Amino acid sequence: MDLIRQLAGETWLVLTTVAGVIPWLILYVLLILLCYFIWRQISRLFRPRSDFGSLKTVTFGDESAVTSDFAASVMSLVLIFLLWGAFTGSKLVPSFLHAPGPFTGDGTFTYISEGPDGAMDEGNVTVRVFPFGTKAEVPVVDPGPGFAKDDALVVAAYRSELLKAQDNDEVTEDAGAKVVSVNGVAIEPEGPAVDVGFASVNMTAKGTLNVTPDKGWQMEKIWLPAPEDVWARFVEISRDGFRNSTLAEHLGYSLFRVIVGFLLGAVIGIPLGYAMGLSDWFRGWFDPIVEFMRPVPPLALIPLVIIWAGIGEVGKIVLLFLAALWIMAIAARAGVSGVRIAKVHAAYSLGASKPQILRHVIIPNSLPEIFTGARVAMGVCWGTVVAAELVAAEKGAGMMIMTASKFQNTDIVIMGIILIGGIGFSIDLLMRWAERVMVPWKGKA
Amino acid sequence: MTVLSIQSLSMRFDQPGGVAVQALKDVSLDLRQGELMSVLGPSGCGKTTLLNILAGFLAPTSGSVTLGGKPVTGPGAERGMVFQQGALFEWMSVRENVGFGPRMKGMPKAELREIVDHLLDTMGLKDFKEKAVYELSGGMQQRVALARCLANDPDVILMDEPLGALDALTREKMQGLVLRLWKETGKTIVLITHSVEEALLLGERLVVMAPRPGRIHREYRLPFAEMGAGQDLRGIKKHPEFARTREEILGMIWDMEEEIMGRVEAG
Ligand SMILES: Nc1ncnc2c1ncn2[C@@H]1O[C@H](COP(=O)(O)OP(=O)(O)OP(=O)(O)O)[C@@H](O)[C@H]1O
Ligand SMILES: [Mg+2]
Repeated sequence: MDLIRQLAGETWLVLTTVAGVIPWLILYVLLILLCYFIWRQISRLFRPRSDFGSLKTVTFGDESAVTSDFAASVMSLVLIFLLWGAFTGSKLVPSFLHAPGPFTGDGTFTYISEGPDGAMDEGNVTVRVFPFGTKAEVPVVDPGPGFAKDDALVVAAYRSELLKAQDNDEVTEDAGAKVVSVNGVAIEPEGPAVDVGFASVNMTAKGTLNVTPDKGWQMEKIWLPAPEDVWARFVEISRDGFRNSTLAEHLGYSLFRVIVGFLLGAVIGIPLGYAMGLSDWFRGWFDPIVEFMRPVPPLALIPLVIIWAGIGEVGKIVLLFLAALWIMAIAARAGVSGVRIAKVHAAYSLGASKPQILRHVIIPNSLPEIFTGARVAMGVCWGTVVAAELVAAEKGAGMMIMTASKFQNTDIVIMGIILIGGIGFSIDLLMRWAERVMVPWKGKA
Repeated sequence: MTVLSIQSLSMRFDQPGGVAVQALKDVSLDLRQGELMSVLGPSGCGKTTLLNILAGFLAPTSGSVTLGGKPVTGPGAERGMVFQQGALFEWMSVRENVGFGPRMKGMPKAELREIVDHLLDTMGLKDFKEKAVYELSGGMQQRVALARCLANDPDVILMDEPLGALDALTREKMQGLVLRLWKETGKTIVLITHSVEEALLLGERLVVMAPRPGRIHREYRLPFAEMGAGQDLRGIKKHPEFARTREEILGMIWDMEEEIMGRVEAG
């Protein structure tokens, strides 16, 4: 019962979060449509419609008529880059596109202090907000008249600072004075914050003022660094390396593990799949094992593999081998089962022997399935290697981002993510190319 | 001389938990060397089952098939098959498909090349030898399938609706081709079809089968195949005897179908 109540609470939380995102999602979709209409108008001007795809009148629902629009892909990437730049104040993005940044510079507000005798006096506060990572001097201010003397405060952007407003006053807090309003708005301990234009001021339980300069819409560097920072870090790491290894070593080790693990998985998995597709006995023997292991994500095996094989290369390669093995076995089995019986019959009637049928009919016929499986397996292996390196490794793409995150080097984390995504995508492109070259008949039977 | 002898063949499919289907019951036939026999019958009367048994893909529940005196126990190169469609190897070129049988037997390359070239030339596929099979039209693909079967030089050719997936015009041309090849090669051919006209044109002998249980209903000896080998096929179709036989067989099959429907409706 408790569990259900907890889950209901979580669900509510998720739903409200999602509801908060929906307006942005709608905005994004509108932006996509806007780009579409603008681009259509532009391309109409320059390109007469004559290619075959556009001569088709029924395209909606005709899968073959839907191809990936290159312009849309370019625009989508440019938009992501612009958003990234706009919300990090990147120099690569024109400044009129920048989201409002955090307040920096000097600002002032006033407070009124009430003495124990009921006397009131006004004090001015000058706040100097400096960009995070630089230094600033405390502004020099004249204490001014009255018992509440003027104050000065320095705060880093994105941070907040307590203001001991009365420490320099003639009647201090200990003497019974307390701040009753800020910029003419009443303020009380743990009450609502007062907006003073460049910052918000609230009062702690003890009656001290807390000044939080406006953060604007831009992201702090340790949350999301600007594209040029990531690039600079990339240049630096490809020159100097990271943690005693070059960037090529980190990426090379990850790739090496994937390729060796995948190849081992394919070398064992494909014959296993063929055996399962061709023999009752082997299918019966391995079906329970394969069907049981298939839904176990390779990540769940990491602890066991570390216990058994340690954190060295062997452990990781065993893990990737297991990740690829079942996928390849199932793909090969599907490839065998997918052979049209007429082809096998035809081959027998032409006098082919069993080994010849395996070699000339069953294997070529299963290649499309095997390639599909290999693409999936490569993707899974790449994801698994990164995850395994997150847990334990001395070199590798995953280790790089994990270590960087411990030191809050978000730029390295983002660089790592981009590299991991790029390499994964390149692997898939390579596999697709190999598939086109080696299985030109795919989907044409 | 009898090459292919079918003796009281019966085939029953026992379905787990269901009623057994008597696909064939007591079918006997003798084929002479060089005979062209077409098999006709309503859907589900056991034509494909019969052909699969002849090819050796299925073992009958009782009865036997002998080819040249030797019992048929499995598939073999002396019985070539032409399927309706989808039996070509799309990972091979047209040339490799046609040369498949001899290549598996280890025929020397030069000889193989000669045979394949000759066959493809006579089939009008001269310019398509190196093409991938999926680049050919349906009619061309069936010509490749025929050529592949002939390249292996079988004693008997078994065809299961080889022209069934073709359009009417291509089909007619292919019927002419089959007749021509039959005359030229003198092969024994068993051809299954759904088309009465095709059965009449491509059968010295025509067997009409009846369903449930699958059995031979009637046999005809026809002159049209012999005539058609030298003559325009459309001329033969105008022959009064042709029209009469066609009507007779159509009526026969119609009655069988009606009976099946009636039985189904009755419960
Ligand atoms: N493997 C099988 N298992 C069970 N029943 C089968 C099997 N193969 C065929 N049958 C049954 O045997 C009967 C004859 O089938 P067959 O395929 O030989 O008919 P056909 O004359 O070729 O029909 P069509 O003209 O539609 O191709 C049918 O009732 C069918 O349902
Ligand atoms: Mg059939």
